[in-house]
Formats: sequence, structure tokens, C-alpha cells
Amino acid sequence: MLILGIESATQQVGCALSGHEGVLASAHSARGRRHAETIAPQIQFVTRQARIELRDVGCVAVDLGPGLYTGLRVGISSAMAVAYALGVPMIGVSSLDLLAFAVRHTNRLIVAAIDARRSELFYAFYRQVPGGIQRVSEAQVGTPDDLASELLATSEEVLLVGDGARRYCQVFDQLQKTEIAEQDLAHPSAASLVQLAHARALREEFVKPWELKPIYLRVPDADINWNTR
Amino acid sequence: MTALETPQETPAIVLGIETSCDETAAAVVSGPSAVLSSVISSQVDLHARYGGVVPEIASRAHVELLTPVVAQAVVEAGLSDHDVEAVAATAGPGLIGSLLVGVSAAKSLALVWDVPFVAVNHLEAHLYSSFLEEPDLELPVVVLLVSGGHTLLVLMEAFGRYRLIGQTLDDAAGEAFDKVARFMDLGYPGGPVIDRLAMTGNPEAVAFPRPMYEDGYDFSFSGLKTAVVNHVRNNPDLDVPDIAASFQEAVVDVLIHKARKAAGQYGAKGLCLAGGVAANSSLRERLLDACVAAGISGFLPSRSMCTDNAAMVAAAGWQRLQLDGPSPLDTGADPNLPLPFIRSGEPAA
Ligand SMILES: [Zn+2]
Repeated sequence: MLILGIESATQQVGCALSGHEGVLASAHSARGRRHAETIAPQIQFVTRQARIELRDVGCVAVDLGPGLYTGLRVGISSAMAVAYALGVPMIGVSSLDLLAFAVRHTNRLIVAAIDARRSELFYAFYRQVPGGIQRVSEAQVGTPDDLASELLATSEEVLLVGDGARRYCQVFDQLQKTEIAEQDLAHPSAASLVQLAHARALREEFVKPWELKPIYLRVPDADINWNTR
Repeated sequence: MTALETPQETPAIVLGIETSCDETAAAVVSGPSAVLSSVISSQVDLHARYGGVVPEIASRAHVELLTPVVAQAVVEAGLSDHDVEAVAATAGPGLIGSLLVGVSAAKSLALVWDVPFVAVNHLEAHLYSSFLEEPDLELPVVVLLVSGGHTLLVLMEAFGRYRLIGQTLDDAAGEAFDKVARFMDLGYPGGPVIDRLAMTGNPEAVAFPRPMYEDGYDFSFSGLKTAVVNHVRNNPDLDVPDIAASFQEAVVDVLIHKARKAAGQYGAKGLCLAGGVAANSSLRERLLDACVAAGISGFLPSRSMCTDNAAMVAAAGWQRLQLDGPSPLDTGADPNLPLPFIRSGEPAA
């Protein structure tokens, strides 16, 4: 089955296509134009690179977050519309799962941490299991110090991954037995997304476009600024 | 001539998407004025307890609601989705996070269906709403566009040719209704509540100021709102319907006076209302009276066409396609997207 993946939970935005033989094409941009301006042209680009027609796509995968809300919604809204227009099912994957999946070949405890702005992180803990990774904690939002004290409490070696881990590296560098994954792995990738979605598609873990729920981890900020509206 | 001379070009069937504020809407039109379906999912209940539109709550709701609303609009139009020949979406002005949801979805639909995408200015869509119900309105017309976000007097010479006659210098008219209602604890949105209360009140009970009444075509409602607040503070036992009626009367007096004066000065053949405040019953009644007195035609869109909807977006998209062709797929949204007005020195069309 051809799977189109759309990923826009952090400052990076990407699209990828996969078939039974693996990732067929992928694109990402890490700076420059905004997500909403980038996604449709990227979808066009990957379909041309992979020499497929959009109508042959059988499933649309999307990063559900947590992440930066506006970018996240742009990706989810685009993906839902593509799936609805094609009449195909969807698979939603957590951004933290994607980060951890990219560093799955380690025996250490994996901590995926995304920059949540406002001096906070979205994070979750993972372990390697045969064929992939398994999440071993709830995804949560907290300060870098909250995460650091959780890490202090464990005696294990830890691999931190994500733009949140890199942003607050001075907090985590002080910890023993803790390493931060390199910048190349700091953002969820669309290629990881279609790979993870492929495994779920084999298990037929599909949802309909209107059943997808973004993962926000925060209640909406309900302050109305009456001076600027 | 009318605004609706129809070039013999496809596409005819346009899906419109509107997510600029707190209505999630989709509609299908055929050509410039035949509405095949118009679906609006209002979020007003989600925002009521805050007394205004909360941007983050609006954006979240748009993501959830948009796909079902689009699907419903397509089905209610009696179409299958590959009958859609173009997709239009509001690209601004509005709340940026909300706009991006609609623009992103619209571009994706256009990409998959392999049809043109067209970005629409929300204000232009409002200007156009009267023509959906009255395609033969004679131009030029003066449009009084009044909503929670905007107060504009526009001379519409042709589709795509607008002159800005006047605009608010501070609060929008609808915003003044919301703020007064909020101060008096009347509920949200303020417009319908004050309209209802005013029906049993005396509009001459309090002589609130008519700001800038004889002062050009611009508006200012901030001082009026302050006058109401001060009056209520100093006279706490006053009858609420009287205050509502007197405040509403002051707003409507100013709006009607300037609209009628503009129609006379610019030789307009008619006056149209647009925007959410155009649902106000006193404003509607007084506008028609003014038109009769001036001997010009007046047009009031139905209430559902005044407030934000996607039929006006689809119809404006149809017109934009004729004028400019499709928008590129790397189009974004602009919270302050300007409506291109012709300058006062330029000759009439
Ligand atoms: Zn509006």
C-alpha cells in the first residue's frame, strides 16, 4: 500500500511516500517559508519524485503532536483533507514516537523531548523492543528541571532526543550517564512517519479523517486580549 | 451593467471554505450566484463563557469540524466530490491560526482533485454576499459592511473595483455591541442580546453621543462605548432595555446617516448591508427607510448571508478565478490581508 506521510509538529515540515519496498521519496524543509505554504508543494514534489499518482495513495499518515500548535494544525488539516478527497483511511502517530523511533538502535532508556515554548518541554520515555520502540510513560508537559529530576531518579543510561533536549542541553549536560542525540535527529521526520505507519497499516489500525485528534497536552489559553482584537 | 456578466468559462462548480473567525463553514456554488449548499457550524457556544472569540479554542474547533462540514456541503449540493471544479478559501483577514486550517485544507482538496485553488479576501466575500440573493442589483452600490471585526463604507463600482469611503478609526460596530453587552453582563454575542432588549426599551431614554456624526465618512465607536459605561456606572438603577435601545439607536443613527450621505454623494443606485451587525433589526429597518427616502434601492441579505458563511467565499472565489485565475499552492494566510481599493483620484469604471 502507498502511504503519504505529513509531518509538521516542530519548526521542520516534511512529507514522505512509502510503498511495500520502503520509503519511496521524502522532502523536508527546516527553515524559510511557513508550514502552510510548504506542504502542498511538498506533496506534489514527493509524488513526482516517486513517480506515482496521488490517487494511488491508499492511506494518509500524519504526526498528531505534541508540538507547536499552529504548525501541527496545518499538517493535520492538510492530511485530513487529502484523506477525505481520496476517500482513504488515516493513521495518526505521536511526534514523540517518531523521535524515539529514529534512535531505536540503543539499549539505553530513550527520552523524546520537544520544545513546547514557554520554557517547557513535551516529553515521554521509550525502550527498544524487537522491531521498534515502546513508550513506557505517558506523554507530558513539564519544565526542563522537571525532566532533569525524573532522570536523576533513574540509575539507567539515558539517550535524550529532540529539539527540546537540545535547546535545554545545559540542564541535561550536568546529568551523569546522559547523552543528547545529534541535531540531525532533533525533529520528527516524515520518513520515520511512513515507516511507523506502514507497520500499523499491516495491522489495519486505521481511523477515519474526522476521528483524528491532535495531541495538545495543554488546555487552550483562554485569555482574550481586548486591546488587540 | 451588473457585477455578474458571466464569461463563458469554466469552472462553474466552486467549493468555498470559511474559517477566518468562529464559524466553520463550507458551501458549493454554481457560477456567480447559484448556491447549491451552505453549511455553517457555529462555535459561538464554545466562546460564550469567555465573552469573545478565543483564538486557540477557535483553531482547535476548526480542525475538528472542517472535514465533516466540507463532506456535508458536497453531499447537500447533490454532488460527488469529483464534480467540484475549483476550491476557494478565505486567506484573510482574520485569526491567523484559524485561517491556516481552512487554507491548508482547501489547497489539499484542490491538489487531490486536480482543480484550481483560489484564495479569497474575507471582506470581498462579504461585499459580494448581497449579489448571491439579488444577482441583478444595479451598480454602483454603497455597501455598509459592519461586523465584530470591521466597519467599512465601500463604493462597489464593479466586481473587483471598490472605493473605500470610510472606516472605523477604533472599535468596529459589532465590537462596541460586544463590549457594552459584556460590561452590562448581558451575555455573548452582544449584538443579538442588545437587539432583543432594545425592542422593549425607549431609544430616546438616554441621549448618548453620535460620534463624528457630521464629520466625514469615518466612524469611531470607542467613545460611545465609554459613554455607555460611564452612564451605567453613574446611574446603576437605569432600565436595561432603555440603555440597550438608546445605545443601539446611537450606533444605527451614525451608520445610516453616513451610508445615506455616501450614496448621495457618489451617485449610488443602491445601498447594501453586509456583515454580522447587518442582522440587527433596527439597522435593517432604518436602512430600508433611508433608501425609500432617497429614492434608491436597498438590499438586505438574509441573516444567514450577513454573518460569516462560505457561500459568499465560493462566489467571490468564482469571480476571482475569472479576474485573476488560480492562486499558487504555496499561498499562505494573512491576518491583515488588505482589500485592494482603487484610489479616489482614479476615474470610475
Ligand atoms: Zn466576517
